[in-house]
Amino acid sequence: MTAPFGRRLCEVSESRVSGGYRLFSLLDRDGPQPLPGQFYMLASERHWEQSGQRPYLPRALSVAEMRPAAGGVQLDFLIEGIGPGTDRLCELEPGENVWLNGPLGNSFTTPRELHQLLRSAEGEVDAVRPVGAILVGGGIGIAPLALLRRTFAAKNIPTRVLLGFRDAAHSGGLDDLFSCCEVRLASDDGHAGHRGFVTDLLAAMLAGDDAGSAAVYSCGPPQMLEAVGAMCVEAGVACELAMESPMACGYGACFGCAVPKPGGGYLRLCVDGPVVRPDQVELAHA
Amino acid sequence: MPDFCGIELEHPVINASGTFDAIAARRIYGDALLADFPFSAFVSKTITLESRTGNEPQRIWETPAGMINSIGLPNKGLGGFLAEDLPQLAQLPVPLIVSVMATNHENFARLVSELGSRDEVAAIELNVSCPNVHSGLIVGEQPGETESLLESLRPLSGKPLIVKLTPNVAAPAEVAAAAEQGGADAVSLINTLKASAIDPATGEPGIRAGQGGLSGPAVRPVAVAQVRAVAAAVSIPIVGMGGISSGADGLEFLRAGASLVAVGTESFRDPRAGSRVAGAIAAALQTGQGGAPIGNPA
Repeated sequence: MTAPFGRRLCEVSESRVSGGYRLFSLLDRDGPQPLPGQFYMLASERHWEQSGQRPYLPRALSVAEMRPAAGGVQLDFLIEGIGPGTDRLCELEPGENVWLNGPLGNSFTTPRELHQLLRSAEGEVDAVRPVGAILVGGGIGIAPLALLRRTFAAKNIPTRVLLGFRDAAHSGGLDDLFSCCEVRLASDDGHAGHRGFVTDLLAAMLAGDDAGSAAVYSCGPPQMLEAVGAMCVEAGVACELAMESPMACGYGACFGCAVPKPGGGYLRLCVDGPVVRPDQVELAHA
Repeated sequence: MPDFCGIELEHPVINASGTFDAIAARRIYGDALLADFPFSAFVSKTITLESRTGNEPQRIWETPAGMINSIGLPNKGLGGFLAEDLPQLAQLPVPLIVSVMATNHENFARLVSELGSRDEVAAIELNVSCPNVHSGLIVGEQPGETESLLESLRPLSGKPLIVKLTPNVAAPAEVAAAAEQGGADAVSLINTLKASAIDPATGEPGIRAGQGGLSGPAVRPVAVAQVRAVAAAVSIPIVGMGGISSGADGLEFLRAGASLVAVGTESFRDPRAGSRVAGAIAAALQTGQGGAPIGNPA
């Protein structure tokens, strides 16, 4: 399914605090339903370039949830204000318009497909077992995992969710996006769940006897993705990472979102990603 | 319908090289891209004789009303371009202009003669914002270098040769005049302005290469001044560009002396910016606003 050509104005239907983050919803009258892992380029119609002539470029945001609504698709975005663009998006009020371009990029694959890819890459031709999913999210990177979890639930794929946050101020989205299901939490400051990294929880899970039948899906800060990727490679577990990179356009035009490939050269994360396998990228630079 | 160096175009808006990847865009947006192609001619990203991977990230940095980029001309090289990209670009509904760059006359000559012999290629743009390895000088910063490059390339192809001028010189009109003297059919300007920004989080340049090129509305008044200066110095057509985001911006360049205008960075924000600018220019010219005196908007 291709994205509609060009950006379009979409009305904000809702915007609210979600822990330390904000969650806002748009009604997209023209676009197809996005797949988990895909993203959009967003800019407010008014007061973009508001202070010091920034923000100027649209911002790339993964879609956190979507549902068919009267007259289109409702898209939910989870956002943390960390600069002029995200700050402006945090201020959005219902009734305002947002320029939207997308859905863009690739999407997560199912554990079975991913498992098959990994096994065939290793030259094994064993019968592919049905596998479950482990979702590992960090900070604002939990967003795309919400839609992924629901998509897997609809396909009866057993899914475990591990989420980590820095501290109470840098956490959110749980009640709005993950209230339906069991989530194991970690926090650097110990305010919720395990005191430590979410990768500690993953390590314990990968040490279990069913690790070989799982595929790992992760989105979060670069250091976390690097650790998750390395752990999965080490354990021989299929894995996909949703990465982030500075991006001016989102549709292959600017060549800004370069991510190094292992053999040299670069991926364009917007068109070759944002979902990549650890073997497709140079994770030391992730 | 503008006639540009003998090429008939639907409207006066093309793209700036390196700001729109028609092949990637078609993959994302499908054939809607062809039905509603935003530009009246398509200018390719710059290609070189050998393939290049481009610069190490970070490659882009947002600035007030613009951005700095240092991408490093990643491309498949001439062979890869001819084999993989040219057949796809030939399917576009508009004439194709191929941008080329080399660091010596011999490689420029190979690019121009090979591309010039292809029916799919309507014109060639010479990216001269690079050093000549023999002299160490940036070709486009030196009238003499520019003229001698054009003299060596002119006999190799009957296709129009467009020289992309750098704004990073004291007198771009002198380089433009030298290009015309050497046999160029047109000039395009401006390329990006040399720029840098320091990342407040690290104290280091935001761009990995230390500096890059500034584009976006921030550069527009500089571009308009240079287009005016070049228009006064040459009689060949000018493709004007630099921060064009609207029909009014495009008209500004046409009134400054450009025959065509190019949309660059604005396409990052709006993939259909070219169509929007072209539509607004056409509407303004039709209602006579195009001839109105230029003044500061109220």
